[in-house]
Amino acid sequence: MLNIPVIRWGKPYDSLEIDDVLHFATGEPIAKVSQANAGIISRDMRQVGKARDTLRQIPCSEIIEILKKAADLYESATLPIGDGTQTPAEFAHQQSASTGLPEHMCRHNMSKNSFVLRNMQQILDCLTRGLDLNILTRGYGIEDRGVVLSYQAQASALSAVLPSNSPGVHTLWLPAIPLQMGLVLKPGPQEPWTPYRMMSAFVEAGIPKEVFAMYPGGPEAGAAVLNASERAMIFGGTPTVERYKGNPNVQAHGPGFSKILLADDCVDDWEKYLDLMVESIYINSGRGCINCSGIWASRHTKEIAQAIAEKIGPIEAKPPTDPEAGLAAFTIPGMGKAVWGMIEADLKEAGVTDMTEQYGERLVEQEHCSYLRPMVVHCDSSEREIAKKEYMFPFSTVVECPESQMLAKIGPTLVCSAITNNEQLIDQLTNATHIDRLNIGPIPTSRLNWLQPHEGSIIDFLFRSRAYQVTEEAQAAL
Amino acid sequence: MSTAESSTADIESLQKEAKDRLDAHAYETIQWHFHESTGSPFWLEKKAGLNFDPMTDVKNFDDIKKFPLFEDEWLRGGPINRWVPKGLAGKPVYVFETGGTTGIPKSRMVIEDHWTDYELFSDTLPDEYFPKGANWLMLGPSGPRRLRLAVEHLCQHRGGICFCIDLDPRWVVKLIKKGWMEHLEEYKKHCIDQVLTLLSANHDIKCMFATPKLLEGLCNALEEQGKTFKDTGITGIFSGGTEFTPQWTRFCVEEFFGGPPAESGIYMTPTYGNTLMGLACSKPVTAEEGYKISYYAPQPRAVTEVVSFDDPKELVGYGETGRVKLTTLTKELFVPGFLERDEGEREKPFATYPWDGVSGVRPFHETASGTTVGVY
Repeated sequence: MLNIPVIRWGKPYDSLEIDDVLHFATGEPIAKVSQANAGIISRDMRQVGKARDTLRQIPCSEIIEILKKAADLYESATLPIGDGTQTPAEFAHQQSASTGLPEHMCRHNMSKNSFVLRNMQQILDCLTRGLDLNILTRGYGIEDRGVVLSYQAQASALSAVLPSNSPGVHTLWLPAIPLQMGLVLKPGPQEPWTPYRMMSAFVEAGIPKEVFAMYPGGPEAGAAVLNASERAMIFGGTPTVERYKGNPNVQAHGPGFSKILLADDCVDDWEKYLDLMVESIYINSGRGCINCSGIWASRHTKEIAQAIAEKIGPIEAKPPTDPEAGLAAFTIPGMGKAVWGMIEADLKEAGVTDMTEQYGERLVEQEHCSYLRPMVVHCDSSEREIAKKEYMFPFSTVVECPESQMLAKIGPTLVCSAITNNEQLIDQLTNATHIDRLNIGPIPTSRLNWLQPHEGSIIDFLFRSRAYQVTEEAQAAL
Repeated sequence: MSTAESSTADIESLQKEAKDRLDAHAYETIQWHFHESTGSPFWLEKKAGLNFDPMTDVKNFDDIKKFPLFEDEWLRGGPINRWVPKGLAGKPVYVFETGGTTGIPKSRMVIEDHWTDYELFSDTLPDEYFPKGANWLMLGPSGPRRLRLAVEHLCQHRGGICFCIDLDPRWVVKLIKKGWMEHLEEYKKHCIDQVLTLLSANHDIKCMFATPKLLEGLCNALEEQGKTFKDTGITGIFSGGTEFTPQWTRFCVEEFFGGPPAESGIYMTPTYGNTLMGLACSKPVTAEEGYKISYYAPQPRAVTEVVSFDDPKELVGYGETGRVKLTTLTKELFVPGFLERDEGEREKPFATYPWDGVSGVRPFHETASGTTVGVY
């Protein structure tokens, strides 16, 4: 069993408060994780400036090369973690054991993270729209077209209060290091694995360990990280998003409410898009904010719901080591039952039909965990309460709604895949500010192009474009 | 006989003496509170509804279990005078409140208990770090709180003058409940600013009470000014609350104070208490014992027991976890078994406190998620 310390700017610190990370299926402890008290975090954060100073000594281009090595190490090497080591297979096993995600999905998430690390140059090139990264290092510079410009760093580190339920989110903070920002992470209680393994890979590849801080802990630790940080990400529910709305220091990532819209010009061919809809709902056990939780169309909705239900309704909970396992377990006691209770209440509303009912009980309770088997729910109107819901398992509504009302009714949508060739609708979608990522055409909501920004550009979050004027002589020397 | 056996025998003998003293004190307290001439209207009225006669059926501490558990809701609302024992009628009465963020707060009347409790506590403080005659700083809640007057009395009892700040804990709880964290930070800063001003005013303050959060806030503020806590000249601190954990103590001692008392010259002792009881003192907290914090109630005036979650009349075994149950036995107040909102592990008696203690005190797991911990 691993003992995982708090990391205080690279230095391990064993706390007197320890949290046992347990195997969800057996209840056996698989790691002991030191818990940071809030005071440690606020005290350490006074040294945050050193992290950026250290990283600015290494050119961005060099860091990007180091990241390629880190990608290989992360994916393939045995790495030091806490007081022991960890192979890639152990990582997948441990992550699966504490989060409930099947092991093959953990391995897939590993390759996703490695891919992002390996392709950081292109990703940053796209996110910065081709900016010379030395301008970010120095704070100002000159473009090819002869204009002086400045991007001022708004922080010395990027902080993140991370979730336990979706290992996919880690790709969002990976660009911090090549942008020469330190990393301050508060791992999710069940998911210390990715942050620690990633840090280990970075350090082994050559990034100075002094630029990393890891603060596992309770809600108090999360609050301390947010409070002490100049720029921080947090992942949570709608209340979390509401709480930090308008706070420029905090980027709150909440539920996705991602949707597929089948427009009138394509909906009669809905069968062509069945696999796309199934993939969007079911991939990664439906845990991500990019998984589809609502399919909207003006007609054929019952047939669509029925067809999806036939595909995913029969899926059973399988052991996490089974390569065919498609469902993640709810590892927090009582959570699966509580979620099912909420759904059951919504199913009572008139006009709401559980299309997966015929495929057996959805709630599967085991000794230490529970599962919810995939669900497809038909709504005869967008006014149904369940049409606004999203859950952490393969769950989607199929909502009947006239095309003309869709945009007004769908609500906040992280990823919208609009299947249409209707130019007028495309124009309206493009201008809809409640849609974040927009896919036009038959693209699964879950298929992200890493060259695109996600919930706001990290460059805009960490840097501020501002005026910077120099004399003509100085400009000539740039 | 080996030294170990001898010391065990000594402790057993001390334990017996303490138990005898507690039994006698319990008997006297019941006689006082349930006698028509000395008891409080509240208990005299309650007596009628009991299925036993406290005057004849309670002969020792264990007999107090015959009473139903004390409900702190009884303290909500008046008339407050119903709590004043007839035997103390005419004496000046203080009222201390607890809670009160919304609705009617719980009130406890006090005459001199807070003085007595803190005078007893004073005897446990090492003079080396809490010099007699030194001035004090009270960095805790003001308003209708027992703590504010009690700390001032402690200071005066030791020959010093106490400096206080304004701090409204009800506003702090409201800020937390509303999620106004920026305001919370500003309010904390407002409190710390008051302290920094006092400390800069040449009042020769050497001792203080502080809640863990405010002590941490003060240390951070000093460090942001390029100073350390040592620069304040304060050598003795007492603090309290469930946030006073071993890890927090270690962090404070190692990082803010610069080491244990012998190295840094700064001594901090945790305490546990509330408006209903006196002040439970801690066994000295040391790095060698992993900064373990074990509290011992001021017996016989108050008793803390660690009882089963399922049956509050059953003590748990030593080292086992249970809920903290409080019994208060003073002439001013009788509390027969009140279940605190805390849990912890039962600790063995030792020479200084030859009765049960409690360690690892933390919010009771069933109510913890709904509890808003403010500043203390």
